[in-house]
Amino acid sequence: MAGDRKRGGTGAVADALDGAWTAAMGLTEPPMRALQRAIGAARMPWAFLAPNLAFFGLFVFLPLLIDVWFSLTGGPRLFPSQRPYVGADQYRHLLACGNYLDPSTCDQDRFWRAVRNTAEFTLFQVGAIVVVSLATAIALNRRIVAKGFFRAVFFFPVLLSPVVVALVWKWILQRDGLLNAVLGAAGFGKTLFFVSPGWAMFWAIFVSVWAHMGFYTLILLAGLQAIPADLYEAAEMDRTPPWRAFARITLPLLAPSLLVVAVLALIKAVQIFDEVFVLTGGGPGSATLMVVQYIYETGFSGVVQDFGLAAAASVALGVALFGLTLAQLRLSRGKEGAT
Amino acid sequence: MNKALAFALRRRGRGWHWTDVLTYAYLSFGVLLMFGPVLWLALSSFKTPAALAEFPPTLLPWAPQTVTLPGDTARYPLVTAKGADGATVTMALKRRIGLVAILVDPKDPSKALHVPADSTRPVRRLRLAFENYVDPLKSFDFPRYLWNSVFVTLVATLITLLINSMAAYALAIYEFKGRGLVTLLVMASLMAPITIILVPAYLVVNELGLVNSLWGVILPGAATPTGVFLLRQYMLTMPRDLVEAARMDLASEWRIYWRIVMPLSAPALAVLAIFSVMWRWNDFLWPLVTLTTSDHFTLQLALNSFQGELQVRWNYLLAMTVVTLLPVAIVFAFLQRFIASGIATTGMK
Amino acid sequence: MDRRKLLMALALGAGLASGTPARAATELHMMWYSDGGEGQVMKDLLAGFEKANPDIKVTLDEVPYKAIQESLPVQLAAGKGPDLARVTNLGGLAQYYLDLRPDLKDAAYFDKNFGPFLAWMRKPGDTTSIPGIMTQLTVTGPFINKTLFDQAKVAVPGPGTTWDQWAKTVKDVADKTKTPYPLAMDRSGHRFMALAMSEGAKLFDDKGNPAVIDDGFKAAAQRIADWHKSGIMPKEIWGAVSGSTYRGANDEFKNGQVVMYFSGSWQIAQFAKTIGTDFDWQAVPEPCGPAACTGMPGGAALVALKTTQHPKEVARLVDYLASEPVLSEFYARSLFIPGHLGLASKGLDYKTDNPLAKAALNVFASDVATLSPVAYKMQGYGHNFIVFNAVISRLGQVVVGEIPLDEAYKRIADDIAQQIAEADKKKN
Repeated sequence: MAGDRKRGGTGAVADALDGAWTAAMGLTEPPMRALQRAIGAARMPWAFLAPNLAFFGLFVFLPLLIDVWFSLTGGPRLFPSQRPYVGADQYRHLLACGNYLDPSTCDQDRFWRAVRNTAEFTLFQVGAIVVVSLATAIALNRRIVAKGFFRAVFFFPVLLSPVVVALVWKWILQRDGLLNAVLGAAGFGKTLFFVSPGWAMFWAIFVSVWAHMGFYTLILLAGLQAIPADLYEAAEMDRTPPWRAFARITLPLLAPSLLVVAVLALIKAVQIFDEVFVLTGGGPGSATLMVVQYIYETGFSGVVQDFGLAAAASVALGVALFGLTLAQLRLSRGKEGAT
Repeated sequence: MNKALAFALRRRGRGWHWTDVLTYAYLSFGVLLMFGPVLWLALSSFKTPAALAEFPPTLLPWAPQTVTLPGDTARYPLVTAKGADGATVTMALKRRIGLVAILVDPKDPSKALHVPADSTRPVRRLRLAFENYVDPLKSFDFPRYLWNSVFVTLVATLITLLINSMAAYALAIYEFKGRGLVTLLVMASLMAPITIILVPAYLVVNELGLVNSLWGVILPGAATPTGVFLLRQYMLTMPRDLVEAARMDLASEWRIYWRIVMPLSAPALAVLAIFSVMWRWNDFLWPLVTLTTSDHFTLQLALNSFQGELQVRWNYLLAMTVVTLLPVAIVFAFLQRFIASGIATTGMK
Repeated sequence: MDRRKLLMALALGAGLASGTPARAATELHMMWYSDGGEGQVMKDLLAGFEKANPDIKVTLDEVPYKAIQESLPVQLAAGKGPDLARVTNLGGLAQYYLDLRPDLKDAAYFDKNFGPFLAWMRKPGDTTSIPGIMTQLTVTGPFINKTLFDQAKVAVPGPGTTWDQWAKTVKDVADKTKTPYPLAMDRSGHRFMALAMSEGAKLFDDKGNPAVIDDGFKAAAQRIADWHKSGIMPKEIWGAVSGSTYRGANDEFKNGQVVMYFSGSWQIAQFAKTIGTDFDWQAVPEPCGPAACTGMPGGAALVALKTTQHPKEVARLVDYLASEPVLSEFYARSLFIPGHLGLASKGLDYKTDNPLAKAALNVFASDVATLSPVAYKMQGYGHNFIVFNAVISRLGQVVVGEIPLDEAYKRIADDIAQQIAEADKKKN
């Protein structure tokens, strides 16, 4: 009885939804049909693309163009027409360096420190993400109880906002925080994690791996599940040791997924900002200053809003990202070709 | 109970292998590492400022007990100290001057006792400091900020779903000249995070007259490259015969999109909807720049004002972090299975 | 159907009968940040204004200080912004201020009572405009944890004590009481300037252009570096963040972990509230160097902005807020040093029953008269924030060992020159 009523209830909701859907159809279809008659079915894909492309154009590509213009101009004025043209001065300024490996010899030493930090962060963070996600995916792919629960646990931090992630960890890592209490109980003295350049970078990497690994784990898990089980069964019959099965079966067959993970993580890592900014503020000194933070500070939060220099730096970052994305495209095309 | 456990842990056809032990050890450590910090934050959010400043921190929220004195509305901490006769007394700490603490009997304030300040111990009891939640929520226009956040989140998600699915439909179903170029353009916009084009994007929004309007927050992020790709990947897996059959029936392209492709894409749309809700709910930098007056603030912006220049009021900050985290946790609890399978099938964020 | 029509007619009639509808209220937006409880005080005062002026509604938009420093300038550059704002970069934003002189009831009152401070809010060359009022005058200076001195049985040094003597004394106190931080100073170039000027820094050349690096400046910077190395100053304040980010030591001081905290008068209200009876704290006179015993003046102003559509209403609001009874209530309840000469000479009856806060306010108020002329010159200099930020950003790198002092000196001079050039760059 109760079950029937319940089913009746959800049925009513579904009916209402269906009704609304149909009504929306009735409202939108006549103009769209008229449009199709006017421009012809062959041009309809452009009609479907138009709103999205208009938004991209207005809020991504137009700002990018303005950014390029900003990078060729100087002064504190905001409106493009009021900014004096300075040619390639901003780029010359940004790139002037005695020795690129030693930021102290560079005109914009903070930019080059940021470049070095971002490179270091990216290298270790992407490496750690690949290793940890792979280990977790393999563990989750085994015959275990409460699989859904464990999967959920590792995925949970992905949904938290960067600010929340940073605050959660800042609270633990501060001078009188939980970690120092635990270390104190184990006989260690208090460590000031955000005053030592090495520790600050370590925690910046650790926290961002903590926050994002769940997402990559799911991609790898899907990749693992796509590997035919009979391959492992055959290996087990041949008494192949597990590590060997891992090297001979898992790794080669998972390679495309691993590549996707590495490239996606790479593109994200180069753009890192919020989490590290809230966690360490870029300090100590400029030990965890990243390129995006440099851009933000130069163009936005400084006393003099140096839009020109910030724009030059963001164009440089854009070029780097473009290169990485092209590499990703090439690699994923290679992957499609292989399968 | 034991039987159930044994059943649950029973290995199919073989005993416990060392890799099983390793797996469970690893996963348990994972649970501690992933949930622990958030739980610690939630626990801490119920502590009083005094308890928060304590080191080493206690696990549970102990708060000093306070009493009122007759003829006085202020509350004074209750402490224990050694009296003149050597017996331990429990009295109210009226005032501390230099190294001397002045204690009075809560029932009879005329009975005062002067003792060295470092010999007193506060009397503590377990208490959840709900005021960490109540005070900030009382002191500002919470319903309005909540409404602004909900409005932005819902409207933006609806627009995102509509225009992204239209674009994905065009890119997945049609063969047309320029498709590669458009795909590349959409991909390219992945590389322009808002932080980089903050100033020029502000300029555009300013020229459109959308500064300090919720629409100025909603519209710029409505077209997401991620959304388009996610939906396109999903639509590519759909059987093309369905579309062809509908065309034979002379259905308009819009009708095919609306009546056939959209309903079939429901799982992918749901994943995008969830992500869009997360993005919008957690969005911070862009609203901070575009919304200038408090009547338009979203929840995240309002909460940010608890971090003053001069002091971080950790007790409020922790409590408000829990408040912003809660909707995410609820959505997650209900939809996690869905999200997981959605990501696994589409492979996109 | 008929009944509904009837109801409508009735409603319409009622509307007409109630007379000409009240003129739509003009809404003014005031962008505001708070250090302590002054936001609430301002709200109360605005309620009084709205009561007396029913045609004006004032909305107080409380934002974090960061938004005033970062978002407001971009909004103003784009020609958008609130009607009024509370700002601290007084000279840097001068180009966006509205001159209220033509709309004020009694401009002479403003000249008389805000005269020297109005100069801080004006563009170079401008000697007449009245952009707003001071919500507070601030003076930098040291606080000490008196209880720690008592416990260590060390006497509190009197006026005329040098920075070096102070450093030695607080180290002694910290060692005896096992307190982690002997001396803390806000991570701010503005605070550092006090030390630099005491050590003899001139900051400007003969023509009035900034020439920051000299022997006095170097003597001060050397001390900062040494004190961090020897553990007299905690690295967590100057070393923990990057660039020109501000960081205070309030939490550490409140928790009794700091013997001496060099900050400023704006801290008094929240110390009174949050320290309570935990320990005795007091403000002590400015430490000395070979050249002077000086702090830095500063302050926040409530300014009218050119972006407003309602200059007349803004002027009425500023007239009201600047009037003696209103402003004295604001200062007295917020525990601020008055930025109003009349009230300063009369003295204020501060609304606190905390004797420590009252004593501290008196110490800072008496410091005002002893500040070095260079300090006032720096505060009135339009590009002063460029100087402050360059200094703190580079010394912050020195403190954590990222760059040596010599490189910092060169970088500070370069940063300042480069940013001033950028700020002054215009289209021909």
